[in-house]
Amino acid sequence: MNGERLVIAIPRGALFAETLDWLDGLGVRTDEVRANDRKLLFSDVGLITMRPSDVPTYVAAGAADLGITGKDVLMEQADAAISSGGRDVYELRDLGYGRCRMVMATRDGPDPASAALRRLGVIRVATKYPRVAARYFDDTGRQAEIIEVKGSVELAPLTGLVEAIVDLTATGTTLRENHLVVREEIAESTARLIANPVAHKLKAAAIDDLLERAGAL
Amino acid sequence: MILPIPRGTRDVLPDEMRELHAINDRLRAVFSAAAYGEIYTPALEYESVIGRGALDGARPAYRVFDENGSVLVLRSDMTVPIARVVATRYASAEPPHRFCYFAHSYRGVRPARGQPREFLQAGVELIGAPAPGGTAEALTVLCRALDAAGLRRYRVGLGDATLYPALLDSLGVVHDKRDALLEELARGDFVGLEHGLRELELGEQAIKLLLEVPQQRGGGDVLHGPAGPVADAVAGLRAIHGLLEPEVAEHVIFDLGLSRAPGYYTGAVFEVYDPALGMPLGGGGRYDNLLGEFGHSLPAVGFAIGVDRLHIALAAEERL
Repeated sequence: MNGERLVIAIPRGALFAETLDWLDGLGVRTDEVRANDRKLLFSDVGLITMRPSDVPTYVAAGAADLGITGKDVLMEQADAAISSGGRDVYELRDLGYGRCRMVMATRDGPDPASAALRRLGVIRVATKYPRVAARYFDDTGRQAEIIEVKGSVELAPLTGLVEAIVDLTATGTTLRENHLVVREEIAESTARLIANPVAHKLKAAAIDDLLERAGAL
Repeated sequence: MILPIPRGTRDVLPDEMRELHAINDRLRAVFSAAAYGEIYTPALEYESVIGRGALDGARPAYRVFDENGSVLVLRSDMTVPIARVVATRYASAEPPHRFCYFAHSYRGVRPARGQPREFLQAGVELIGAPAPGGTAEALTVLCRALDAAGLRRYRVGLGDATLYPALLDSLGVVHDKRDALLEELARGDFVGLEHGLRELELGEQAIKLLLEVPQQRGGGDVLHGPAGPVADAVAGLRAIHGLLEPEVAEHVIFDLGLSRAPGYYTGAVFEVYDPALGMPLGGGGRYDNLLGEFGHSLPAVGFAIGVDRLHIALAAEERL
């Protein structure tokens, strides 16, 4: 069973370029992936490409042995409330790149979130990360109405839909341009290497070999 | 008219039922040949009774009140009810006791393929047989059952639930930090584990050991590596392995990082993997203290095979 091919799920989008560079460093051939914008499955080199948020799904089901995705995605999908008595995916390495922060932000000036909390008892929060946001406000003992949006989160506080947003920011430029300021930092996120728990056991030699090439244990 | 059923449950129609019966018949023949008597316990138990044995990871999720206002739970596994039966009905009988079961249990998991909220388990409990002999017997019955079911490419990962706690003890990691670290390990979050360890200011050597040991898995060479603080657990695994017939031993891989929920395991633990399925299809281990919680202290070991998962794996292996 050892020495078997590994199938690696890699994220298109913000982490794509650095992920390919990382794979190059391991000696995985990525030229075909780089040359092909539309193709999704590269079975010759054992790579499949997908949205970052789909990576844990494919890895948990065993459709891919390994995957690379952001910690933000893993935090959003870790469902602490419903314990399945175990783990969906193993988190093997912090790959260090794709660094960004999960923050709570509001319009600049007087903090509308604390005003809402003081006067109305509840903050309305727009986010693409409803579970992370809900958990964060639960953990900090504040009532929040979480509003999930799919598009530009920055729009929500500017139009009065919400008082605050929970979102990912790397440089803070988008926030600044929309007159938003970071009020609280929730977590830091980087790219992570994840593994299917069964593949981690049955393809141990191949995975350890890859980890060794990736750097010291 | 569409009349729904709860999420995570399903109706089993004759085609599936025939296949499940065929699997169960093959498993039952193996259990029976090894002198395990089949047992059934009620799906509903008193929370106050069953709660003595239920621990994190397998806490009953579904509760109802009876006509007297007592809280009843739907059992979350069969091990705890069987421990109750042994303490109540076999208190004066001479151990060891061998039981097998084919029964549904209930957990509030996130429903997915192979992970329903009502799930059928086929398992055995061997009560009154200490390590390593009892453990080797359970592993043997497990492998024979999987062979009989027709699974070919499976592996049984074998580890020890006391290994990592012992390692933490030996390096002086205090109790209030331990649970968080064990939790990271159980989730397979090695990044979180490393962060947790770095906060403890243990020194590079200790951190390296605490990160490397639980990632050691594979053939017998795993048992020759680290000694020192984990020597007891490793010696225990070697002793079990020494008692296994070659056709059982060839399915066993060692995994020094294996940790299983629920938390009642006290020694060897094991998990069944098949390349056709992305999740373990069964597992078990030693629970030498659980019977004591029911007032009848006996060493014990057992396993459960998820019949639904075994069925999926068999169907997938056909295609391989």
